[in-house]
Parts: sequence; C-alpha cells; structure tokens
Amino acid sequence: MVPSASTPRRRVVLELRDVPRRHPRAFLVVFAAAWLTLYRSLLPLSTALVDRLPVAKDGHLAESLRFFFYDTPKVLLLLTGVVLAMGIVNTYFTAARTRALLAGRREGVGNVLAATLGVVTPFCSCSAVPLFIGFVQAGVPLGVTFSFLVSAPMVNEVALAMLFAMFGFRVAALYLALGLSIAILSGWIIGRLRLEHLLEAWVRDMPKVQATADGERPSFAERLDAGFASVREIVGKVWPYVLVGIAVGAGIHGYVPTELVAGIMGRSAWWTVPIAVMIGVPMYSNAAGIIPVVSALLSKGAALGTALAFMMSVVALSLPEVVILRKVLRPKLIAVFVGVVAAGIVIVGAVFNAVL
Amino acid sequence: MKNVKVLGTGCPKCKATLRMVEEVARQKGVEIELVKVEDLREIMTYGIVATPGVVIDGKVVHAGGVPARDKVASWL
Repeated sequence: MVPSASTPRRRVVLELRDVPRRHPRAFLVVFAAAWLTLYRSLLPLSTALVDRLPVAKDGHLAESLRFFFYDTPKVLLLLTGVVLAMGIVNTYFTAARTRALLAGRREGVGNVLAATLGVVTPFCSCSAVPLFIGFVQAGVPLGVTFSFLVSAPMVNEVALAMLFAMFGFRVAALYLALGLSIAILSGWIIGRLRLEHLLEAWVRDMPKVQATADGERPSFAERLDAGFASVREIVGKVWPYVLVGIAVGAGIHGYVPTELVAGIMGRSAWWTVPIAVMIGVPMYSNAAGIIPVVSALLSKGAALGTALAFMMSVVALSLPEVVILRKVLRPKLIAVFVGVVAAGIVIVGAVFNAVL
Repeated sequence: MKNVKVLGTGCPKCKATLRMVEEVARQKGVEIELVKVEDLREIMTYGIVATPGVVIDGKVVHAGGVPARDKVASWL
C-alpha cells in the first residue's frame, strides 16, 4: 500500500520516516549525538527553567523543583539509551543461540558463561519453563541452567540503568558484580548437589536434542527496529513509576533534613537483611517498579546493602515463578533453589553493609 | 488454508501474538486455522526455547517475544 503524498510537506515527512530503515547506522550515529548533546545540557536547561518560575531562588521549593526537572529527563534519557542499546544487543543473543553456546559446557566455566549470557539474552519470566526444558534437553548441566535462570531476571538493563541514574556508577557496578556472583555461586552449588533426580520424570524423559542456533541473521535495520521496539515497550511501561519515584525523591530532597532517619532498616541491626529478603522473596515486580521503592527506603535511612538485598530478592525470586517451575521441578528442588539464592542474597547484603 | 499454531503458556505476550495473527489475517482477508497450544509438553515437542512461538503448517517460524507486524504479514 503506497500512501499518496499529496503535499510536498507530507512527502518530506514520509521520506524522513524511512531514514532509519534505509540508513540504520548513520541514523544511529545522529541519534547518539543528539542524545549526548541533550544529556549534557540537562543541568543548565533545568536550572534556567526553574529560575524563570515565580519561586524564591534559594527556597525549599526551588531546590525540589530543580531536582525534579533535572532528574526526570536524566533518568528517562538514560533508560532510553540503555534499553535501546540492550535491545540491539539482544538480537545477537537469542535464547536458542545461548543454549547452543552452553550445551556441553562443564560446570565452573559453564556457570560463569551462563550468568554472563543471562545479562544479554532477552528473557521473560513466562519463558522460564520452556527455556529450562530446552536447556536440559540440549545437555546443559542443571547447575549451569540455574546460573542462567538466576542471572537473567536479576541482572537486567532496566535495573542497571535505573541504579546508575539514581545512585551513580559505583552502586550500579556493585549490583552487576554481586548479581553475577550470586548467579554463578548458587548455580555451582546446585550443580554440586547432584539433584538431577528431582526433575519431574517427563522432563528427564524428553528426547535429547542437538542444540543449534537458528540460521536467520537479521539485518542491522531490523536490529535497530527491535531496539526501538523495546524502548517503546519498556520505557513506555515504566515512565509513570519513574515520575512518581522522582517526585517523592524531590520532595524529600528539598524538605527532609539529611540527619533525620535510620529506622529499622539502618545498618546497626544484623537481622535487617534476612528480614528484607524474607519480605522480598514472595513479592513479584520488575526492576523498574521496585527501584523507586528502594530509593524511598534509602532516603528513610535504610542501609544500601539491605535495600539492594531487598531489590534482588524481589526481582530474582517470586511466587508466580515458583508456581510455574513446579511443573518441571519436584518441590524439594524448588526449595533448594529458593534457599540457595535467598541465602546468597542475604550474605551479599550483609557483607555490603559491613564493608561500606 | 494455512494452519497457524501459537505456542505459549498464557503469558501476556502470547496473547498479544495471538491477537496480532488474528488481526493481520483479517486485514489481509486470508483464511487461517488458528490454534492456541498451551500444553507445555506439546509446546516442547517443537524444540523452541522461548515463548511465544509461531508454527505455520508444522514449521516453526518464530520463537520468543511478540513478532513484528510485517513479519506476521509475510507468513500469511
């Protein structure tokens, strides 16, 4: 269907729309340059904007407004950039390709590789079971499969982008390192326990398959398309959470004195991390929904390790996931899985609180 | 008439895929036999690792995520 370009102006618009398809690489470079320019001018722009508003320049309100008008576009820009980049990277690592890469790996190296691939492979929790069976069928060891299953939901681009935007590079890098460590270690431990007999019988009896990566190679224009599709999907879904989270943060930033706080989630009590994890495990949310909560916890004086442990337990383990895994795993194996991962998160949170 | 199967355990993306296939078929005026496969064991016999999957006349054409609209159009 060819749309009739009746006016010259409409023709120009139509041709512009075609640019990403025809010249995807050039378009990406221009897009990146525009993104960077905008990102760099956020601070002067937001300050200038607030200065024009009829509020006292050094009052609480101006302080809050400045924070809000700087942080909202900053977080949304970062999120868009990271989700776009990850959306493009994801097209290089399909689940089938990851399975082919992991098939026949031994434990140890396999766990490290699986946890790392979990970061870049697109994953949706409703795919957890087909993925699990598919891995087992292709001869991926049980422990290696679990490393992937822990890392994929926990260490994802939205979590990293939001942590980076709201708490800085160090916290984001720590989250990445800790998430990977938990995935590698818990998968390795489950592998050592030799629990293959705890798979449901029909899963064990599935015919073995030769893992091959699917042959179709998408063009770069298609990869770029997929990147923007995930921006529409993810950023389109999370922006209200971001807005509310930052609005709350802005209020606190302007009005609540920093000395106040340190309640039950403060660093001093040792039991805060296990309690936070116990509350977090059955909860289900994605990273975007939970980060404003984490930021609120932190601003109320929760220790960073406690807050991160809470976040990890919410995104890595959940009741719906356990229910769906029950179709392929015996209850004992599910208990081991939840126990090992939760223990890992508790240890990490406690270590974090102790050293920082 | 083409036989189209959408494989998925009932997650939102699987439902979106089913709707998209229905819509595109209606738009193009193509008659199809659309089947939703929710049984896990049956899904796994197609050898896919990620859902939703799309099978046309017994051949897997897509696995993982909602397919793009023009892709769906090219299958039908």
